[in-house]
Amino acid sequence: MALLSNKNKEVLTSPLSRNNPVIVQMLGVCSALAVTSKLEPSIVMGLSVTAVMAFANVIISLLRNTIPNRIRIIVQLVVVAALVTIVSEVLKAFAYDVNKQLSVFVGLIITNCILMGRLEAFALGNGPWESFLDGIGNGLGYGIILVIVGFFRELFGSGTLLGIQVVPQAFYDLGYVNNGLMILPPMALIVVAAIIWVHRSRNKELLEEN
Amino acid sequence: MNRDSNVYTIIYASVMVLLVAVVLAFTSQSLRSFQKQNEDNDKRQQILRSIHVDVKADAAEAQYNELIKEAFLVNAQGQKVEGDAFAADPVKSFAENLYPVFVANVDGQTKYIMALYGAGLWGPLWGYLSLDDDRNTVYGADFSHAGETPGLGAEITTKSFSAPFAGKKLFMNNEYKSIAVVKPGKSAAGQDYVDGISGGTITSQGVDQMIYNSLKGYVPFLTSNNQ
Repeated sequence: MALLSNKNKEVLTSPLSRNNPVIVQMLGVCSALAVTSKLEPSIVMGLSVTAVMAFANVIISLLRNTIPNRIRIIVQLVVVAALVTIVSEVLKAFAYDVNKQLSVFVGLIITNCILMGRLEAFALGNGPWESFLDGIGNGLGYGIILVIVGFFRELFGSGTLLGIQVVPQAFYDLGYVNNGLMILPPMALIVVAAIIWVHRSRNKELLEEN
Repeated sequence: MNRDSNVYTIIYASVMVLLVAVVLAFTSQSLRSFQKQNEDNDKRQQILRSIHVDVKADAAEAQYNELIKEAFLVNAQGQKVEGDAFAADPVKSFAENLYPVFVANVDGQTKYIMALYGAGLWGPLWGYLSLDDDRNTVYGADFSHAGETPGLGAEITTKSFSAPFAGKKLFMNNEYKSIAVVKPGKSAAGQDYVDGISGGTITSQGVDQMIYNSLKGYVPFLTSNNQ
């Protein structure tokens, strides 16, 4: 079996665009709104979810023939909760400031519907390698949207990127003002909506008929 | 093996929980020293911010050791007692009537830094307040919180909230009055005051109470002239 057969490539890449968990399946929008006021936490959050999702998918996939059917959701939750706790501890040890900014949202990865969705829909029925790719794909699909939203919100809201000033002082001298609204949650929703608009107009097959 | 039998389910769940517990305990133990260091540096940064020194986390320890000349606990009578002021958790030490004091030397002048602890709207508040060597005039202040509302109560961590504390006086006519945090536009009779946060009323009141209650314990130390 080729490690990256066509089917596996599809598993890895389709969540990045045509099957994106956030802008097509509308999962995980809550945390996408909450942590994206700056670019750095968006990146860390995207990576954290990717790591948790990949490993949870692999573990559940390895266990899939042993898990008692009646407690399978509980088993999934325990695995996810354990991984999230580990990620949270690692962030506390090596990325303390980012961890403070993300605060409760690291813990809330447990409730991210993308995770349970992928475990139920994919890992329970597929082998570990495919599940790993599926987890990476969906995690990155989620992370990409977070990074795009975080990029625009930090750029227009604070005039910085990753904390470095990018809007030149000359602009401010000419009367340019940072848009404080970009920092607030409603603008995250609007930026996500704008991404969906652009995405759908480029992928006509995703348009719903009405 | 029947995967739907009760015995299998119970054993499966028990083994899983035990395994997870072991893994988590191991992770927590092995990362503990790194986390402790981060927390300590965070605390040093907070203490330094109260004397207007803003440093990155990795430089905090060196800067702290350079500026903070002395750290000790004082008791309810204002006398120095043995103890590690830096490691002291204000919640516990206040309950035992022990109050951490950090003595800093800024450009040749002595500043006294005191710990604050109180409650906000959603959780604990804490901070540090520094005084000039008259032990009355505020030199600087820094506030932190566990979970106040972003954009409202959480604004107490900003400089625009803490900066106006500088120059305010704790004592009026040798009587302890504390510093009031009032609604913007209002004033407080007979004591110095600063503006609270619009929309963060309960957090602002929490800061007001925190300063009053925390510093009350320091009064004997502040009014005593002996070192």
